[in-house]
Amino acid sequence: MDWSLPPNLSTQGVHIDALFWIILVLTGIAFLLVESGIAWFVFKYRNREGGKAHYTHGSTRMEIIWTTIPALVLATLGIYSGSVWESIKSAHSFPEDALRLRVTAKQFEWNVTYPGADGALDTSDDFTLRNQLHLPAHEPVIVELRSEDVIHSFFIPVLRVKQDAVPGMTIPIWFEATGTGDFEIACAELCGLGHYRMRASVTIHEAADFESWQASQTTGS
Amino acid sequence: MAQAATATAGRAPERGLDVYNQKVGMWVFLCSEVMFFAGLIGSYVVLRFGASDSWAQPGEVLNVPITAVNTFVLICSSVTMVKAFAAAEAGDQKGIKLYLVLTFLLGATFLGVQVFEYTHLIQHGEWQGSHGFTPRAGLYGSTFFTMTGFHGFHVLLGVICLGWASLQAFRGRWGSDHYHGIEVLGLYWHFVDLVWIILFTIVYLI
Amino acid sequence: MATIVAEATGQAILHEEHEQSFLRKYVFATDHKVIAIQFLFTTLFFLMIGGLLAVLMRYQIAWPAKTLPGGGILPETMVASGYILPEFYNSLVTMHGSIMVFFAIMPMLVGVFANYLIPLQIGARDMAFPRLNMLSFWLMVPAGILTLASFFVIGGAAAAGWTLYAPLSARPDLSGVHLGQQIWLVSLVLIGLSSILGSVNYITTTINMRAPGMTWFRLPLTVWALFITAILGLLAMPVLSAAGIMLLFDQTIGTTFFLPAGGGQPLLWQHLFWFFGHPEVYILILPAMGFTSEIIASGSRKPIFGYKAMVWAIVAIAFLGFIVWGHHMFQSGMNPTLGLSFTISTLLIAVPSAIKTFNWMGTMWRGNLRLHTPMLFAIGFVAMFAIGGLSGIFMASTPVDIYIHDTYFIVAHIHYVLFGGSLFALFGAIYYWYPKMFGRMMNETLGKIHFVLTLVFFNLVFFPMHGLGMKGMMRRIYDPTGYQHLQGIQDTNQLISISAFCLYASGFLFAFNFFWSLRKGRKAEANPWDATTLEWQTPSPPKHGNWKEIPVVYHGPHEFSHPDVADKDWLAQNERPDVTSPAGAH
Repeated sequence: MDWSLPPNLSTQGVHIDALFWIILVLTGIAFLLVESGIAWFVFKYRNREGGKAHYTHGSTRMEIIWTTIPALVLATLGIYSGSVWESIKSAHSFPEDALRLRVTAKQFEWNVTYPGADGALDTSDDFTLRNQLHLPAHEPVIVELRSEDVIHSFFIPVLRVKQDAVPGMTIPIWFEATGTGDFEIACAELCGLGHYRMRASVTIHEAADFESWQASQTTGS
Repeated sequence: MAQAATATAGRAPERGLDVYNQKVGMWVFLCSEVMFFAGLIGSYVVLRFGASDSWAQPGEVLNVPITAVNTFVLICSSVTMVKAFAAAEAGDQKGIKLYLVLTFLLGATFLGVQVFEYTHLIQHGEWQGSHGFTPRAGLYGSTFFTMTGFHGFHVLLGVICLGWASLQAFRGRWGSDHYHGIEVLGLYWHFVDLVWIILFTIVYLI
Repeated sequence: MATIVAEATGQAILHEEHEQSFLRKYVFATDHKVIAIQFLFTTLFFLMIGGLLAVLMRYQIAWPAKTLPGGGILPETMVASGYILPEFYNSLVTMHGSIMVFFAIMPMLVGVFANYLIPLQIGARDMAFPRLNMLSFWLMVPAGILTLASFFVIGGAAAAGWTLYAPLSARPDLSGVHLGQQIWLVSLVLIGLSSILGSVNYITTTINMRAPGMTWFRLPLTVWALFITAILGLLAMPVLSAAGIMLLFDQTIGTTFFLPAGGGQPLLWQHLFWFFGHPEVYILILPAMGFTSEIIASGSRKPIFGYKAMVWAIVAIAFLGFIVWGHHMFQSGMNPTLGLSFTISTLLIAVPSAIKTFNWMGTMWRGNLRLHTPMLFAIGFVAMFAIGGLSGIFMASTPVDIYIHDTYFIVAHIHYVLFGGSLFALFGAIYYWYPKMFGRMMNETLGKIHFVLTLVFFNLVFFPMHGLGMKGMMRRIYDPTGYQHLQGIQDTNQLISISAFCLYASGFLFAFNFFWSLRKGRKAEANPWDATTLEWQTPSPPKHGNWKEIPVVYHGPHEFSHPDVADKDWLAQNERPDVTSPAGAH
C-alpha cells in the first residue's frame, strides 16, 4: 500500500486535499519536534553516576510561547477550514443550474432517481436505477439524499464526497466531477448485516455522453 | 491523635468546606440528577419543536385541574419537610414525628393520584384517534410517560426513604445532635419537587 | 467543622477493622484499597476479553475468505461452517468498543486508581462513603455478567456499534438483534449508576477530606486529574443514561423518540450520545495524563514543569470537552453552521493538550531520568498521545473530515489516544503502584520486554491504519475486498492483523508478571521509587486506615532535587520543614 490519497476528480476535492496536505505538513513538523525532543531528552538526561536534576517549577515565559504559537496556528487553520466548509455546505454555495438527482439509500442498496429529459424530479419522466449512479463530468450535480430505513452514508472517495443519509430527512449535497471513469459508492455508516456489501457503481460520463445515456434510459423503458 | 496532628499544623490552611460529607455528597449527586432530567427534558423540547403541529393542546388529553391540585400537594410536602428539619434541629421529637409522617403521607398521596391518572389515561385517554393514551401514542405519549414516569420513580424512592425516616423517628433516632439524615433527605425531596414544578409547567400548562 | 467530622469518621474506620470475616473484608469490602483491587482484577479480565474480540475481528478483515481456526467451538450463530458470520462480526465490532470503554479502560482508570489513590494521596483514611463505594463495584458485576451473557441470546449481542446509532439500534427488525441490544442498554444503565455514585464519592472526598496542609495547589496532579474526571462523569453519564433509557423504550414499549416513522429524530440520539460521548473520552484520557505527570516527575527527579499550567490545562480540557461534541457529527446532516462552531471549539481544545505535552517534555529536560518500566510507559504515553492528538487535527478540519470520517483514519486516531494514550499510562500506573498495592515489585526485566513489545507491535498495528483511511477504507466492514478502491490494501491489513495477534500475546507476558509477582516478586519497601507523595510515606501495602496518624502536609507534590535537601533528591510532602528544608518551601 502506498501512502497516497485516491485520485481526486472533483472541484471540491482540490481544496480538501490541499487542506489535508497542509495539515500533514504542520502536524508532521510538530511530530518531528516532539518525538525527536523526547528521544533526545531520554538519551541526554538518562540517569548517570553523580547526575543531578535541575530544580525548577517551570517558566511562565515558555508557557506563554507554547500556548500562543499553537493557538495562532490552529486559529489560522480554523479560519481556512471554515471558509472551505462554507464553500461546500452553505446554501448560497449550491449551484443554481445543476443536475438534480435523488439518491435513496436502503438496506443494502442505493436507488438513484434521475429527472429524465425534463430535468425536473418528481415528474412522470423520472426513472430509478438500482446501484447505478451515472454522472456528467464538468457539470454541477445536486444530490438529494434520503434513506428508507436506517442511517447510511453516501461516500464516493474520488469525488471526496461523504454525507450521511438519515431516514426522515432529505439532505442536499453538491459536487462537480472533473474527470470521467468508473468508480463506486461505498456505504460509510454501519447499517446492518449487509453494510459491507452496500456498494454501487458510479459512471462519470462526458457531458454529451451523459445526455444520450439518460435519453436511452427513458426510451428504453 | 488526629487533634494533635491539627495542632502541630498550626497555621495549616483550612481544607474542606464547612459542610459535612453527606450534605456535600447529596448536592453533588443532585447535580447528576439535574443532568439526567436535562437529558429527558431537553429531548422533549427538541422533539416538540420539531413536531409542534402534531402536539396536543393543554388539557386536550391530560387532566390539568387534578394535576394542579396534586402539584399543590407536593409543594405542601416540601413545606412539611422543611418543618421536619426545623423540628429536628430544635430537638422537638413530637414535631419530627409529625412532620416526617405528614411529608410521607403527602408524597404517597401525590404518587397515588399519579397512578390513578396513569390508569385512567391508559384505559380511557384519547389522542389522535387511539383508544387509550399510552407511550405508544406518538411523540406526545412517548415524552409524557417517560418524563413523568421517571419523576414518579424518583418520588417513589423518596417516599420509601421518608417511610424509613418516619420509622426511625418513632425509634427516637433523630435529635438536635443527629439530624443530618433528615437534612439530606430534605434536599433530595425539594429537588424532586422542583423538577415536578418544571415538568408540570412544560407538560401540562404549555 | 467538616474536618472534625472527617477525622471522627476516620477514627471509626480505624477501630472497626479487626475481626472481619473473609466475606466482609475481601468480597463485600468497604476499604477503598480492597475495592480498587477488586476493580483491578475485574477490569484486567475485561481487557483480555475486549482484546480477544479485536483479535477475532482482525482475523476476519485480513482473511475474509478463510475459515477461523478453532471456530468450531463457537455456536453456529456466530461461526457457520468455520466462517465468521457478518452478524457476529458486527457484534464483535460493537462489543469490542463497548467492553473496552465501559468495562476495561474507564473502570481501570477510575474504579481502580481513583479509589486506590485519592484517599492515600490526600491523606485520608478512606473515601467519604465507603459503603456507597462498595455498591459502585457491585453494580459493575451484574452489568458485566449481563454483557457477556448477551453474546449467547438469540440474535446475538448488540451490533449497532458502540455508538448505538438509531434507528438501527432501535429496530430489531432492521438489525436482527433483539434481546442482545436491550441487555446491553440495561447493562449500560447499571454501569452508569456505578460510575455516578463513584463520582459522588471521589468529589466529596477530595473536597472535604484533605489532610491538614493539603491545599488545592499542593494536590498531586493525579488527584487533580481524577477529581476533574469525576466531575465530567457526574455530569455526562446521566445524559447517556437518559438517552439509553429512551432507546430501550423505543425498542420495547413502543415510544418513538428516535424513530422517524413516529415523528422521532435519529439525530437527537447522536446529540445526546455525543454530549455524553465527548466528555467520556476526556474521562478516558485525563486520569492517564495525571498518572503520566506523577511518574514523569518521579522518574525525572524534578518537579513537574508548570504545575499550575498543568492544572488549568486539565480544567480547560474538561470544560471545553462539553462543547465539542458536534465534531463527531460533522457529516450527520446537522446544520452546517453548527459544524463551524464545533470546529472552533475542537481546535481550541488542542491547545491545552499541547501545553501538557510540552510541560511533560519540560519535566524531562535537564532531569536525571530513571528509565524503569513505569517511566518507559509514561514517556511512551507522551510519544503516542502526541501522535493521536495530532491526527485529531485532521478531523477537526470539517472539510478534511468529509473524506476521513468513518474511515480507518479515525480508528487510528482513537487507538493512538486510547491505547497509546490511556492503556500505556495504565500499564505504567500498574507497574508503578503495584508495590504499594501488593507489597511486592513486579519483575523489571519482564516489564521492559513487555514495554518494547507493546510499543513495537502497537505502532505496527495502528500506524498503517492512517494510510488505510487515506485510501478510503471504511469502518466496521466485514469484508473489504469487494471494493475497487480498496484493492491493494489487503497486504497491509494482514500485516496489521499479524501484529495485532503479537500485541495481544505480549499482553500475556504482562499478565504472567502480574500474577507471578503477587507471590514471588521481590518484597517492596514503603517507598521503592523515592517518591514524594503521601502514599509512599506509609507501608506497602498500607494498613486499614492508611496511617497511624493523619499526616500533615508542608510541601507541594513533586519536590524532587530541592537544592536545600542534601542527603537525598526528594522531599516528601509531609516532611517537617524544621527538620529538612526551610518552611515555606513550595
